[in-house]
Amino acid sequence: MSALSTRRGFWRRLLALTKKEVRQLLRDKSNLAIGLVLPMVLILIFGYGLSLDVSNAPVAVVLEDPSPGAADVVSGLQLSPVFSPVPVASMHDAEALMRDHRIDAIVRIPSDFSSRLAANQASLQVIVHGADAGRARIVQTYLAGAIGQWAARNADRGAPATAATTAAAPPFGSIAVEQRLWFNAANSSTWYLVPGLIVLIMTIVGAFLTALVVAREWERGTLEALFVTPVKPTEILIAKLIPYFGVGIIGLVMCLVAARLLFAVPMVGSLAILLVSSVLYLLVALGIGLLISSITKNQFLASQVALLASFMPAMMLSGFLFDLRNVPLVVRAVGQVLPATHFMELIRTLFLAGNVWPLILKDCAILAAYAVALLALARLVTRKRLE
Amino acid sequence: MNHDSLVAFALRVAALVRKELLAILKDPANRVILIAPAIVQSLLFGYAATYDLTNVPYAVLDQSRSPTSTELLARLDATGVFHRVATLQAEAEIRDVIDTQQALLAIRIGPRLESQLHAGEAAPLQLVIDARNSNTAGSALAYVSAVVDAYNRSLRERRGLPTAAPIEIETRAWYNPNLETRWNLMPGLIATLSMLQTLLLTALSVAREREQGTFDQLLVTPLSPLEIMIGKALPPILVGLTQATLILVVTRFWFGVPMAGSFVTLYIGLAMFTIASVGVGLSISALSANMQQAMLYTFVLLMPLVLLSGLTTPVANMPEALQIATLANPLRYAIDLVRRVYLEGVGLSTVVSDLIPLAIIAVVTLPAAAWLFRNRLV
Repeated sequence: MSALSTRRGFWRRLLALTKKEVRQLLRDKSNLAIGLVLPMVLILIFGYGLSLDVSNAPVAVVLEDPSPGAADVVSGLQLSPVFSPVPVASMHDAEALMRDHRIDAIVRIPSDFSSRLAANQASLQVIVHGADAGRARIVQTYLAGAIGQWAARNADRGAPATAATTAAAPPFGSIAVEQRLWFNAANSSTWYLVPGLIVLIMTIVGAFLTALVVAREWERGTLEALFVTPVKPTEILIAKLIPYFGVGIIGLVMCLVAARLLFAVPMVGSLAILLVSSVLYLLVALGIGLLISSITKNQFLASQVALLASFMPAMMLSGFLFDLRNVPLVVRAVGQVLPATHFMELIRTLFLAGNVWPLILKDCAILAAYAVALLALARLVTRKRLE
Repeated sequence: MNHDSLVAFALRVAALVRKELLAILKDPANRVILIAPAIVQSLLFGYAATYDLTNVPYAVLDQSRSPTSTELLARLDATGVFHRVATLQAEAEIRDVIDTQQALLAIRIGPRLESQLHAGEAAPLQLVIDARNSNTAGSALAYVSAVVDAYNRSLRERRGLPTAAPIEIETRAWYNPNLETRWNLMPGLIATLSMLQTLLLTALSVAREREQGTFDQLLVTPLSPLEIMIGKALPPILVGLTQATLILVVTRFWFGVPMAGSFVTLYIGLAMFTIASVGVGLSISALSANMQQAMLYTFVLLMPLVLLSGLTTPVANMPEALQIATLANPLRYAIDLVRRVYLEGVGLSTVVSDLIPLAIIAVVTLPAAAWLFRNRLV
């Protein structure tokens, strides 16, 4: 038999198998639910539902000092879009609101505020609700900022009174921070959450869906039935991957369209590189899915392992929510082992920063290495199990 | 129901519970997968979950090379959070270090720093921050600004000038004095991690029997649908509570997050939550024709449940429509309940607002599942 006819046989068998797999995929509505409905739901949740930005945080203001100076501090708070100040009659009432978690913070302006302000010794009290630490920190920072700004304005207004003293001393300026937020000038969390969503969706489709479906075939013995036909294990695996690859690509396209059109996330880098790296990561995810199913050969175990190995780590350890720079070394090392971390870094850079070649080459090389290793391992495990 | 039939009822349920527990726990791999991940995940995520800045690599382009700039940078280094990774010579180098993520931020101090200060002008300090992660960028900006403010004040004080910020702010944080993200996240994880696996376990229980054809056999036994439902619900409830306990132990003793409330209140809440999630799982299971469908439907449901629970982003930040959608999410109530009992130490009467929705979810889903057991076959 010539090499040509063997090769033709390969393509013919692959085509037949792929047709079978596609039909099998389309037959069950639940596959489409995870392949198409879930990405849509997630896009909406990520684009509109998740936000780490604080706005209109209710803050109780206890004004114990009736002077105009104290009232002026309160109006300073009203300027900020971060809070919505709620006037409260007494500290007792404010604490009750805090216990019910109806407010995020209390600002208390004590009765001696204006008299001590005249003596340059004014103090006021801020109590934040610490149960949500991240939010509390933001509220606290902005409160301090708003009060500090008021103080600066107030000091300027009081300038004539102190002019005599400052005139004697030589003038002295101050260092002013000029901030430039690169890649995300508005510092909107949507811009960094939506690119991350692509990672989550590819992980779910690739690893979770594939692991389940293939484990099911192992459990029911339908895969072994295929092995006794003339098709080779490699052909079976490739044919299995193709439909899920397609589902993953559809999810990717949906995310890209939503990111650009719905959420106006800029696309600074090249789309081609983004597609190439996404394909690489999809292969990694498919490899993980195949490997899980070939090792467990059991739907229950495969689903639990896939859940634990894909979704939660991709969300918690990949730098998606929590910056890996701030975590202990061991956890950072675990994060670096995950392919999702590298894809996350790459995709955010491509969306927001542009074509940073050192980063692109490093991350693509890592992803490619993972893809080759995982798929080869899956192929190896499949052959061994057959013997 | 008289005494004898009650005993018979209990015996039948107990037999089914025993069979279910055996089915779950007889495989050593299953035992491992239900215990080990809860511990490993709570440890890993407990360490990973931090919005607090602990390590900010930064680059400096100091064109003034003056004592003032040196002193300011020394103050930044003294925080222990900022680490200088590069000293730049030209402005063009800023792009390199930021693009490749070597540095999170770059500080540029202009050549006229000293002369501007002595002339009474504002001396600009340019701060370039990588905002690919908006959260980190915001915190880093606030941190640098605070350091610069403090330095400005000390510069003025040294010259005997009036300082611009005469108001002292006394800050206190209730329930979490150091505002640690971990304190907030770990109680949330007690509910979340135990729900993930319990829901999947429950969803598979009936679907597995359907697929293998043993559910028909179960239906022809003397067991009533109510008894089947209870027998199928109890083992996953036990598994869920065991997992919650493991994560609770990690939270309390490994991470040392102090527990303000009572264990009794906490467990009443966790039990109610687990019953509600098992009800959801059994309903999925009864609706699915086979295991694959059960798993996929569970997963499609799990992700929005976790994302819209307030675990990582506050419910209050969500738009109105999604906040209404979270009203049907058992995890939302559970996380609120566990956090309030654990951190704030509230009593049973305060968390009734969380317990009632959970009870409603359980009362709707459990009978629905029992009804679907039989009526799906027709």
